[in-house]
Amino acid sequence: MYGNTLTYAGIIHYGPLYLRFRKKMAMIRVQGLNKWFGDHHVLRDIDLHVAQGEVVVVIGPSGSGKSTLCRCLNRLESAGSGEILIDGVPAPVEGRDLARLRADVGMVFQSFNLFQHKTVLDNIMLAPMKVRGASRAEAEKTARDLLARVGIAEQAGKMPAQLSGGQQQRAAIARALAMRPKVMLFDEPTSALDPEMVGEVLDVMVQLAADGMTMVVVTHEMGFARRAADRVVFMDDGQIVETAEPNAFFESPTTDRARNFLAKVLTH
Amino acid sequence: MSPLLDHLPEFWQGLIVTLQLTAASFAGAAVMGLVIAAMRVSPVPVLRGIGTAYVETLQNLPLLVLLVLAVFGLPEIGLQAGLQATATIVIALYEGAYIAEALRSGVNAVSSGQGEAARALGLNFSQSLRHVVLPQALRTVIQPIGNIFIALTMNTSLAAAVGVVELTAAANRVNLLEAQPIPIFVGAGLAYALIAACAGFVTGRLERRLAVVR
Repeated sequence: MYGNTLTYAGIIHYGPLYLRFRKKMAMIRVQGLNKWFGDHHVLRDIDLHVAQGEVVVVIGPSGSGKSTLCRCLNRLESAGSGEILIDGVPAPVEGRDLARLRADVGMVFQSFNLFQHKTVLDNIMLAPMKVRGASRAEAEKTARDLLARVGIAEQAGKMPAQLSGGQQQRAAIARALAMRPKVMLFDEPTSALDPEMVGEVLDVMVQLAADGMTMVVVTHEMGFARRAADRVVFMDDGQIVETAEPNAFFESPTTDRARNFLAKVLTH
Repeated sequence: MSPLLDHLPEFWQGLIVTLQLTAASFAGAAVMGLVIAAMRVSPVPVLRGIGTAYVETLQNLPLLVLLVLAVFGLPEIGLQAGLQATATIVIALYEGAYIAEALRSGVNAVSSGQGEAARALGLNFSQSLRHVVLPQALRTVIQPIGNIFIALTMNTSLAAAVGVVELTAAANRVNLLEAQPIPIFVGAGLAYALIAACAGFVTGRLERRLAVVR
């Protein structure tokens, strides 16, 4: 994929440098990730590479481990074993370094998780001010720009509970973007929404993908996977069963498990 | 009524000491409770252990025992403080354990997603506690903390047992002179009831003002 860039004679002589270059291009590298909940082996030997700017959609039946995988990437869930690298740096297990990593990895939750006691604007301004040390004025400007970008500029002064689900989720996306993350993780971002609000959230995500954001999206929205994904990862029973480009995956899945799953979700 | 009116200055002095004990030990208990609650919910096992040990120790001993131990025991190990100061500190440490437990229940009542969202944004543990979790937790525990405040007010009367002349001790002294316990202790009781009523009024107001829409 990077062949052309690497045919320069100068680089070919520096094997390790080439390797370093290639590693750098992988925004997320997961190697041999395992996780147990008690005796339950929820993630089995997961290997996943996500290139910079790539949009990877993770699908699979519930209980397949896709949300857990997503939450392991910023260590909201601790991994049992295995390696996670974000932008070439091993994800720290705890402490200050972990907080720094999380600042660079945006996350959007199924249940929005906006801070209930703060206005939408304050929700977005909190982390840039407390974590990045931005001034109030800077943070407010960024927040207002982002709210405009996700289409809810006029809701800035409201409390989260006064917004519709779709608006709350768009505010949550703006809140994550305010940290200028290198990667965005979406953990079933539309699963808690009324059907008529799914579209407005997906529109924002499609736009984000088009802008070149590196994204890992756990979702049941097959339409979004077709439209915005560079790659679809199909998980079942804690394993990555199949990885393919969306068209190839939806037209001709190679495994029985993927075929069965698609037959169930695409019949209606 | 006359035994009360005849000894108003003594009662007044006792009431002031009770108010001082209440205010100072509640302030101390609030700080202590905040620290201990933070320890009990922290991700560091050692801190959690210390917090739990603190709460279990102080909640499982009678306040009177603690007061007597402090007043007679501390001078033995070379720590000398005034009776009122000692009583204030002991009551603060004791009630701090109760406030810590009330706060912890409030923290547990805040949905785990709030803390997760804070951490996912890069806030560290103390930042997420301070800016996200505790402000929401406090709103849910205003009423229990109001109750602890009232209990603390009543508990200050135990300081009488170790020689602090607060309202109950003042009433007792007046009674020794006048031998009219009913009007004297009813009067003192009304003063306590008035403090409790004020606390109830304030917590009610606070609760309405700070209610979070969920």
